[in-house]
Amino acid sequence: MYRYDEFDEGLVRQRARQFRGQVERRLAGELPEEHFKPLRLQNGVYLQLHAYMLRVAIPYGQLDGAKLRGLAEIADRYDKRYGHFTTRQNIQFNWIRLEDMPEVLDRLADFGMHAIQTSGNCIRNVTSDPFAGAGADEVEDPRPWCEIIRQWSTFHPEFSHLPRKFKIAVSGGGHDRAAIRVHDIGLDLKRNSEGEIGFEVICGGGLGRTPHVGVTVREWISKPDLLSYLEAIMRVYNRHGRRDNKYKARIKILVNELGEAGFRKLVEEEFAAQHESEKVVLPQTEINRIEAYFAPPVFDAALPTSEIFDAARKTDKSLDRWARHNVRPHKIPGYASILVSLKPLGAPPGDATSDQMRAIADIADRYAGGDIRVAHEQDLVLTHVRLDDVPSVFAALQAAGLATANGGLITDIIACPGLDYCNLANARSISVANSIQEAFSDPNLEDLIGRLHLNISGCINACGHHHVGHIGILGVDKKGEEFYQVLFGGRADERAAIGEIAGPGLRHEDIAPALKRVVERYLVLRSSPEETFIDTLERLGQAPFREALYGAS
Amino acid sequence: MALLRHGRVGSCHRVFSETGFGECAARDVIVTLRSFLEDQTSPTPHREDVGIRLRPDDDPALLANNLDAVSLIEVEFPKYTDGRGYSIAQLLRRRYGYSGELRAVGQILRDQLLLMKRSGFDAVAFDHPDTEGVYAEAVGELSEVYQAAADGSISIFLRRRTDLSPGRLT
Repeated sequence: MYRYDEFDEGLVRQRARQFRGQVERRLAGELPEEHFKPLRLQNGVYLQLHAYMLRVAIPYGQLDGAKLRGLAEIADRYDKRYGHFTTRQNIQFNWIRLEDMPEVLDRLADFGMHAIQTSGNCIRNVTSDPFAGAGADEVEDPRPWCEIIRQWSTFHPEFSHLPRKFKIAVSGGGHDRAAIRVHDIGLDLKRNSEGEIGFEVICGGGLGRTPHVGVTVREWISKPDLLSYLEAIMRVYNRHGRRDNKYKARIKILVNELGEAGFRKLVEEEFAAQHESEKVVLPQTEINRIEAYFAPPVFDAALPTSEIFDAARKTDKSLDRWARHNVRPHKIPGYASILVSLKPLGAPPGDATSDQMRAIADIADRYAGGDIRVAHEQDLVLTHVRLDDVPSVFAALQAAGLATANGGLITDIIACPGLDYCNLANARSISVANSIQEAFSDPNLEDLIGRLHLNISGCINACGHHHVGHIGILGVDKKGEEFYQVLFGGRADERAAIGEIAGPGLRHEDIAPALKRVVERYLVLRSSPEETFIDTLERLGQAPFREALYGAS
Repeated sequence: MALLRHGRVGSCHRVFSETGFGECAARDVIVTLRSFLEDQTSPTPHREDVGIRLRPDDDPALLANNLDAVSLIEVEFPKYTDGRGYSIAQLLRRRYGYSGELRAVGQILRDQLLLMKRSGFDAVAFDHPDTEGVYAEAVGELSEVYQAAADGSISIFLRRRTDLSPGRLT
């Protein structure tokens, strides 16, 4: 993975020092909260319901053992011995005191991490496919470009006070596992008709109050032109994005108001108007230097199957079931990627204790070349594991309480922190997630259902991505009581779609039984066990599922 | 309100005139973009030492052909969170080649000063008990940059190139 050189490290240190001064001025009363707010936000510090929250950047979701141990240390020393992995591949600490923030940032810098631009109206952490570099379907590893975008967007003088936050995701082509069509900018590596690899540029996607699937602004842009093209988009947005209403300030609203053609015209005109001297110069030597950090590890020549693994699966049913859901194919024969579920029954989705972080770090160092990724589904991925080692990895994960066998299943729920932590939430998310997990806790039932993505948000800001769950759940407040609306048919992949609200909200206690009826209806209606929930829904429309949801038999 | 030019306290006798030049000499007033453009099509346009104040939604492209007449451009930041002025500054400096005084006015806080300097502002209306000291401290907080910008800094992308000697970079 990428290692900071003197420039990167120097800037992170200077930034920590700069924020230390800002915190001191705040604590001394020189800075009112109103003026401190945008500064703390650009350093990942939120003021939540009960305490300050620190969001630490995990660029494109990549960690190694040392970094994950460092995060565990932060959790132990400054928080309550756990952290929360987010849908933007970052980690949040919920209980850090403002006074401790400068020290935490210094400590983070010691192991090459920071909280730069993890919030605020700037370009946020760049996200990507957690299987980047391992997926057989990718055109090219997207991570070098994520790192290049990270550097270009860090402390950008022109784009630090945008109308609203700005999220960029990059996919390596093939299946979209980075939800690029619901980002402000989504980039997809692809070949043009001459076979040259560049990017499709998608713009104006996003969730929140007004969800939109992004539109293709450019079918293809070359690598050398990418950053200049991004600058053109950013400048159009910075100058023309709405600033009169924060709920209409995201780029998706601008794209929608100008229309796809109108927006494209502005971007293309701005791009064409750039003088040579305005172009972002990214020397090929620099691209090569950054790419070298992401060179694939040395893989052993191995057979495509593993006798050790196959034999273990035959004798250990729990390993076999876990492997079915959590072991994913790898581009190299004899290897696999492993999804470490952070969705055990009865715990907040995405949380990991400091002990679990250390366990995963150890397992990754021993069996996965130290390569750990955060998935936007709030799980972790061990990217490169030899099939022969999978039984050992399973045993080690089991010992740490991390072998939940639900990757991609209905209990692998994406959920925001909700009313238990967040001062924007209207309703609890975690307890609803737990009630659904409880209702579907029978492994046989879950196996029968197969792939089904369920996402929960505690308010319309949609941090739990409810619009793009096959089933989405949105918490709303009705006269002081929590209600939950159900959406059907969303998806975050290359066929991204926004789910449709089924009807009136349900009470907290009615959600799990209602979803059970929906899923039972699916099991009856599907054309074959291979037809997934979302496929059946797309074939039949939502009417039969809506009927089941509201209890008609 | 103190006026800093290149980090030093200075002064400016010009006054802002909402209604245009009137009977004033160009060097005594600051006019709106609209007043300036109207004046340029009048029989007796002001051709030198003009000062203009741009609102964040003004299009600096409208000035591109008249910049020789202009020696001062103020860019207004109605709120410190309104970042449009940074784009205006970059356009004026890098696309249209404006080399006169570029001054940020409005709600400006200490922690915006570095971004303003980098975007090409050489002057800023900014109040603090120790204006010069705070300015120097604020613009010196980050010593390297990942982007080329209007301040002429060399990006880290280029600084890393070992095949370029420092002499060629500067």
